[in-house]
Amino acid sequence: MNHTFVILTVLAYLLSMGLYVQFLYTGKEMTGRLATLLMFLGLGAHYLALLVSAKATHTVPYHDLQGAMSLFGWLLAVTYLCVEIYHRQRTVGAFVMPVILLFFFAANLMPSRPQTVSPVHGVVFALHVTLSILAYAAFALSCVLSLIYLGEERLLRMRKLGEVVWRLPPLELLERMSHTSVLVGLVTIVVGTSLGFLAVDRNVAEHYSYFDPKYVFTLFVLLLYVVYFRLARTAAWRGARASKLCVFNFLLVVVNFAVVNLFISQHHRYF
Amino acid sequence: MEIVLVGLNFRTAPVEVREKVSFSAEQAQRAAEELRAQGILEETLVLSTCNRSEVYGVRASANRESAGALSTFLSSFHSVRADLLNPSLYHHYDHDAVRHLFRVSAGLESMLLGEAEILGQVREAYLRAQETHLTGPVLNRLFQAALEVGKRVRAETELGARPMGVASAGMKLAERIFGKLNDRTALVLGAGTISEHVISQLRDRKIGRLYLMNRSQEKAEEFARQYNGKVMEWGAWDAALKLPDIIVAAVGVQEPLLTKALIERSMSARGNRALFLMDLGMPRNVDPAVASLYNAYLYTMDNLTEIVQQNRTARQSEVPKAESLVEEHLAKFISWQASVELIGVLDTLRDSLKQRRASFLHERLSGMNHFSSEDREHIGALMDELIEKLLIAPAERLRSEKELRKKIRNVEIIRELYLSDREKP
Repeated sequence: MNHTFVILTVLAYLLSMGLYVQFLYTGKEMTGRLATLLMFLGLGAHYLALLVSAKATHTVPYHDLQGAMSLFGWLLAVTYLCVEIYHRQRTVGAFVMPVILLFFFAANLMPSRPQTVSPVHGVVFALHVTLSILAYAAFALSCVLSLIYLGEERLLRMRKLGEVVWRLPPLELLERMSHTSVLVGLVTIVVGTSLGFLAVDRNVAEHYSYFDPKYVFTLFVLLLYVVYFRLARTAAWRGARASKLCVFNFLLVVVNFAVVNLFISQHHRYF
Repeated sequence: MEIVLVGLNFRTAPVEVREKVSFSAEQAQRAAEELRAQGILEETLVLSTCNRSEVYGVRASANRESAGALSTFLSSFHSVRADLLNPSLYHHYDHDAVRHLFRVSAGLESMLLGEAEILGQVREAYLRAQETHLTGPVLNRLFQAALEVGKRVRAETELGARPMGVASAGMKLAERIFGKLNDRTALVLGAGTISEHVISQLRDRKIGRLYLMNRSQEKAEEFARQYNGKVMEWGAWDAALKLPDIIVAAVGVQEPLLTKALIERSMSARGNRALFLMDLGMPRNVDPAVASLYNAYLYTMDNLTEIVQQNRTARQSEVPKAESLVEEHLAKFISWQASVELIGVLDTLRDSLKQRRASFLHERLSGMNHFSSEDREHIGALMDELIEKLLIAPAERLRSEKELRKKIRNVEIIRELYLSDREKP
């Protein structure tokens, strides 16, 4: 059954990506709408695939790298759709869909590893993990938006306007979209981290020491995004510099997600 | 039913002739009414823009020479000598007329290939003619189809997607940075033709605030009144440059007016918000070094001309797609026309046969007094039934014919074989 949903998800996402790319080149409204519709369908199938996988392993799908990556892809798609609907701008879809697909493929193609079962359970803990991954997804989206900004800005400066520049969102809209995405990330990471402390405190304080290098790194990332949020509105930083900072911040998120979790943190593995 | 079109456009007539033959809205209506009153056309519509004047009509069956009559009418309506006007006129009939209108509506016949304004002008002309009952079923159908072609060409091809003029290219670029311009501020330096063209583009995009600066304050004030802008004192650069998001410079100067230092100061005063500069002056009005400033986007006349040139080439490559849409809608229109004509021909044929039947019976039964009036009526009814039966099978075959050209040919054959010239619909 899980295979069916995985295939349906891949089909819907691939078709959606194709249509988003076509929309980017042609600007046909109907193509764009179809792309969004297929992304909704892909999200539905992806959700069911996650659900089936959770039922099979009798646990939430983030105790292994595959599950965490798949959930990350799903939450990135959700965040993107919310931003698309809020800002009524779908040309970015052509750039976000490959990232979503990449995570979905990686999650489903890599060999499975033994699960690291956390001693912490319950709704608060589940929310902590989900919100943390949602924050990473929102930061990833802001990174994609910032990269588009930098590319478009460069083309406008070099006065090299090909087929695509006329279809891309205006620079200031890209900035606003990126801010929205970072704001979502900031709120969710603050709430998610607080819930994490609460879950540890309530349930298994005896299993954990209160210090984990991950906390420091997460707070550092949080601080950098707050700095970005502040600087992006100042005279010296607004525009391309702020976008570069946003990309840099996301690189640190990747380090936090990969290096710190896998090699430094004792209690965080895949989230 | 025959559609006729007589007109002239920028390709066939110089501007001096076009000026003489152009119609105001009121003249267009009066001309259409006169054409109907004189029996030249049954349905009429006059389409007049700065690049074309065209009269579309469905000609009255009694008047088979309406194209010539139309030319004469145009000549007398505008008091232009026929020998001056006639060489500029083109005449199209039926499918050629339909195709021409569809191409006009698609922007394929426009001076600026793919321009969007023509579709609005066709719509306006049609609505005006329809409101005053100058159009009928044929022109209604024809113009509705033309509007659909225009919409599809704009939605499904890139023909109208890219800017084709320097001013509109500049505005499109500003939109790439700011999005909609309705809450933005623009400053235009200069009050010449180029500035006026840019101001009109800014107004079309509902620019939030418009400031004008010119050496001659009087000219700037005239522009400000006309376009609802505000005049700023010439030379008060620091005050003026901290306001706008868009600066358009089109002034005749020997040295750049806007130096790097000046723009740098203004960028700092305005919190480094993005600034779009269009330098349309020759020699240049803006120091080229301004392009290196953070968040400042400078485009010169040469840059914009190059973009327009690229767009022209791109639009040209969309022509085959637009033409195939025109042909698709032309085929649909011809199909509709053929089905309408089929019904018309069959109705005429039926009426003709019944008339012949009545005169035949009258003639043959006149000496047969043993038939009562009831018997005569009965015989008449039986013969009518026979006529209907004889007509049903060919009518069904004609209706069900899928191939358009064959359908049209069959209708023509019936018309030629069974109907006299007087009876032809």
